[in-house]
Amino acid sequence: MSDAVHPDDEEGPVTSDQLRLIGTPFRRVDGRAKVTGQTRFADDLSFPRMVHMKLVRSTVPHANIVSIDTSKASAMAGVVGLLTGESMPDPFGILPVSQDEHALCIDKVRFVGDPVVAVAALTEDQAHEAALAVEVEYQPLETIATVEEAIATPEPRIHDYGDEGNLHKKLSMEFGDVDAGFEEADQIFEDVMYFEGNTHLPMEQHATVALTEETDRITVYSSTQTPHYLHRSLAKVLGLPAARIRVIACPNGGGFGGKSDPFNHEICAAKMALTLGRPVKICLTREEVFYCHRGRHPVLMKIRTGVKKDGTLTAQHLQTALDGGAYGSYGVASTYYTGALQTVTYDLPKYRFESIRAFTNKPPCGPKRGHGTPQPRFAFEVHLDKIAHQLAIDPAQLRLQQLVAADSVTSNWLKVGSMGLGKCIEAVVEGSGWNQRHGKMPEGRGLGLACGSYLSGAGLPIYWNHMPQSGVQLQLDRSGGVALFCGETEIGQGSDSVIAAITAEILGIDLKDIRLCVADTDLTPVDLGSYSSRVTLMAGNAAIEAAERARTLVARGAAKKLDVPARELVFAEGRVFHGENPEHGLSFQEAVIEAESRFGTLGTTGSYTPPRSPGRYRGAGVGPSPAYSYSAAVVEAEVDPATGIYRIEHVWMAHDVGKCINPALVMGQIEGSVYMGLGEAMMEEQVFRRLPKKRSGALVHKHPSMLEYKSPTFAEMPPVTSYIIEDPDPNGPFGAKEVGQGPLLPMMPAVANAIFDAVGVRVDQVPIAPHMIRQAIEAREKGKPGRFGPKSFPEIEFGVPLKVPTPAEGGDGKATNVDDAGVRSGTGTMTERKDAVKGEN
Amino acid sequence: MLRLPAFTFHQPETIEEAVALLATDPAHTRVVAGGTDLFPNMKRRHQGAESVVSLRGIDALHGITESKDGSVIIGATTTLDAITRDEQIQQKYPSLVTAVASISSPVLRNAGTIGGNLCLDTRCTYYNQNEEWRRSIDYCMKEQGDICWVAPSSPRCWAVSSGDSVPMLCALGAEITLVSSEGERTLPLAELFRDDGIDYLSKRPDEILTTIRIPSPSGARTGFWKLRRRGSIDFGVLSVAVSGWCNGNTTDRIEIWLGSVGSTPVRCTASIAALIGKPLDDETIAAAAALARKSAGANPLGNTDFVPQWRGKMIEKYVEAVLREVAGLPRQRMVPRHGSEKWPS
Repeated sequence: MSDAVHPDDEEGPVTSDQLRLIGTPFRRVDGRAKVTGQTRFADDLSFPRMVHMKLVRSTVPHANIVSIDTSKASAMAGVVGLLTGESMPDPFGILPVSQDEHALCIDKVRFVGDPVVAVAALTEDQAHEAALAVEVEYQPLETIATVEEAIATPEPRIHDYGDEGNLHKKLSMEFGDVDAGFEEADQIFEDVMYFEGNTHLPMEQHATVALTEETDRITVYSSTQTPHYLHRSLAKVLGLPAARIRVIACPNGGGFGGKSDPFNHEICAAKMALTLGRPVKICLTREEVFYCHRGRHPVLMKIRTGVKKDGTLTAQHLQTALDGGAYGSYGVASTYYTGALQTVTYDLPKYRFESIRAFTNKPPCGPKRGHGTPQPRFAFEVHLDKIAHQLAIDPAQLRLQQLVAADSVTSNWLKVGSMGLGKCIEAVVEGSGWNQRHGKMPEGRGLGLACGSYLSGAGLPIYWNHMPQSGVQLQLDRSGGVALFCGETEIGQGSDSVIAAITAEILGIDLKDIRLCVADTDLTPVDLGSYSSRVTLMAGNAAIEAAERARTLVARGAAKKLDVPARELVFAEGRVFHGENPEHGLSFQEAVIEAESRFGTLGTTGSYTPPRSPGRYRGAGVGPSPAYSYSAAVVEAEVDPATGIYRIEHVWMAHDVGKCINPALVMGQIEGSVYMGLGEAMMEEQVFRRLPKKRSGALVHKHPSMLEYKSPTFAEMPPVTSYIIEDPDPNGPFGAKEVGQGPLLPMMPAVANAIFDAVGVRVDQVPIAPHMIRQAIEAREKGKPGRFGPKSFPEIEFGVPLKVPTPAEGGDGKATNVDDAGVRSGTGTMTERKDAVKGEN
Repeated sequence: MLRLPAFTFHQPETIEEAVALLATDPAHTRVVAGGTDLFPNMKRRHQGAESVVSLRGIDALHGITESKDGSVIIGATTTLDAITRDEQIQQKYPSLVTAVASISSPVLRNAGTIGGNLCLDTRCTYYNQNEEWRRSIDYCMKEQGDICWVAPSSPRCWAVSSGDSVPMLCALGAEITLVSSEGERTLPLAELFRDDGIDYLSKRPDEILTTIRIPSPSGARTGFWKLRRRGSIDFGVLSVAVSGWCNGNTTDRIEIWLGSVGSTPVRCTASIAALIGKPLDDETIAAAAALARKSAGANPLGNTDFVPQWRGKMIEKYVEAVLREVAGLPRQRMVPRHGSEKWPS
């Protein structure tokens, strides 16, 4: 860890004050390999003696396993290995509080697609045939398909832990005196909204190759966004010391949160490789990817907001009900996230948030781009559009007049740094001609506006610890090249390019002279993974620290040779030179040789730990971030009132990224978010089909295929005008904030608001299908409210909320009623539970 | 990935060889042309075969020719893409180009053939699923099971005829030729189809569809609209094809066909009867369109994309829109994207 900096050494050098790489559309470091097919994804890997594995998955939604007969399968040609659940009895799961998965089900299956047996054979065809020949006898149990059924059916329980019955999580919290807030209001608005579940749909199906190396060591290559968390789960389930397990995350062909959990197939491949002593490969089918899921939770929401005549918000009460599917996954965090970020866009002086997450017999939900926040953001932004319409205030103005101040603390104790939402709104209002066109176009044509905000990395790691969340190690040598080691994972978002560019900028060298070694738990410092939009900020800051330390070392080597104080040296354009006399200098390579001659082998490290958040209450761990990004969108829709068929004609999206590291990558993320948001707004739904109960107990995914799970094509993608807004945040590298998830958030509400502007009816749920618009229009024609959407929120006893006074009320970030807050009837038995909630209060 | 089961693959070079191969064991042999329907179905194990006879090596089945009487003959293995690019077809049957260009995606149109589109297996969201999924619902009557899950008390299968070229070719009065080792027969295309989701073709397993003959359009005005979720890739959930022959202000003859609303293409007989001898104007068209759904007996069920009630209501809207297009009346509806639109240069 030592980087040979002596306390008595002179000060470090300066970089050129002019950024040469950061802020330019430099070519991504993996671009050429990706477009020429040279990138090796997990499924591209092949090793001598490799065998192929398939998982036999449950064909029933909820049942006890009576017997498993593998005799036919084991006798089939080419079959070399079979595993059942007993061989891996230890549970795992991404969150310490939800260790509720097994690599293969042992006693019970919980959804159609739950894996029961692993089969390995010499060829993939043989493994497939053998998997079909495995016979499993099930004793069916009652199934739960919805949140309402979960509330009504406490027994039998899908899991033997959770807050009550089949409710995995139940929480209630109040920031400030919300009743008093409602009393200050001139009017109270209330809406019930629904956001259907949907899935990530990465182009690359999950794949894993595991192989044993030497003695008692195993290497696992996988398409995972979180090699470090997979590493921990493998150690736990395989019962091997972590130091003998190597996880290498291959470049992912898209992740979007769908490859953030440790998965059954990864653990089974490792176990099978250890058992057989041969490399084992599995590549999931598209159907299986739908079963892995961990996608957007279906969420029913009730939102109540007190508003003054001038549009000022006085209080909000939000209730959310999440359909979690069959396992915990990130669900506890997702539950908090359906409330946590309501406060970071517009001043919300008092806020009550209540939520449940139910277990159901469907593939587990988890984090998808925006993790838990797109659902309440949809509700809030449509709700605001209605408030604006009712109060005859322009929707853009309503938002602009009560933006959260930069450098402030919200009512739920989130520390906001830079805040560029105002500039975002102004950009899309101007670009779309909002003031001239909104509310003024002919029937059938409309504009809708909505905003959003997202984290630049979660403030806390998934398991409680005091270690850095990201680390970078640099190795410099006489070649003049710099090797950069970092645990971050390239999932297509461009993180390799970002950390390489940050390092190259600081050392003043060409991007091509950075050699990357990433996402390898044997070789690279831990980075928690490519999730929660954390990599640019966290790995970026770690890279800055490591690069600045390296620059100091090299400068001291060069300073001696050049006879110039190190602090007067400039690193730029592959040279180290005297700032006052640029001719006087060395090449970077020569400077490194001087430093290596003086200090020996050169290496530096950098790491990053986020600042501590001011919240001190239970649940305060979800929501804090070093920096929040902001986005605003205007969407233009064309709607045919006679059919309900509609199209999105144009999208204007502005995103406050703090500081743009690479505008091409930032715009790519903005457009990708627009595309994904369009899918969620218009058509994507992970939905299920229950057959008539008297004839069948089936509860199946309605369409686990890319043909029938509808995601937009080129034909649906409208022109997008992107605006990159830069409001630098002191916590970001060069001021940078996230862009991977934030621009998704405004899309869904903006589409709904545009449809209202076009035809005057409200669809209070997504995806918005043509028949919903048509039904709302028909309702209006019959004199009823022109609305399609959920009618009510279920009656749930949330108990006494955890009460947390706000900063404005003089609070200290702690709850005042820890002992009598009435919702913790938890029956959790997880051993790590205590650790996980530590620090929450 | 999903794996194809093992089978014996034959690639004959003549029609005679092909029909001889088929005649040996028709029950366990299937014909393939582009493979865009059969192979996915075989991967999902709801269509099986011990041997597969490919028609792609038979030159005689490929190509587009014009007859002296002005009709056009299309070989069954002509790709969908080739049809959309053929100048004769573009000139004589522009709506057929629209219909064919609306099939699936550009990549699949490069492989898929017109014969394959006509013989396309009927589709259903309870059936077009993989083996494990179908086990989860204990199969359906179209394959291995004994119930129709979309209409559980129904004695028949309601899988949907989804070939997008079918209603347009029916409206144009196309004929087809079927060849077997016992000889050949020619019949109107409409007679190829049977109203049953399982036994949906009158073609025998030992027969090969060799050619499609489309009569000279002789002044017909045509239109085709397809309803689906997305502007590419998707099968239709409703397609409307119209071919009308008018004399001055009067409709002499008109064909109105619906696709993807049942197990067979549907001829809108009442709508047709309502228009014969009348001008095509706002009123006659609205009246004829209102009859389309009922006269067709078309009753969309919940085994495709979209909710069935809405799909049913769209029949009238789409029939009206296509009739208006044929009549040259101003557009009231948003025109669907069909895949034939030119890319902006």
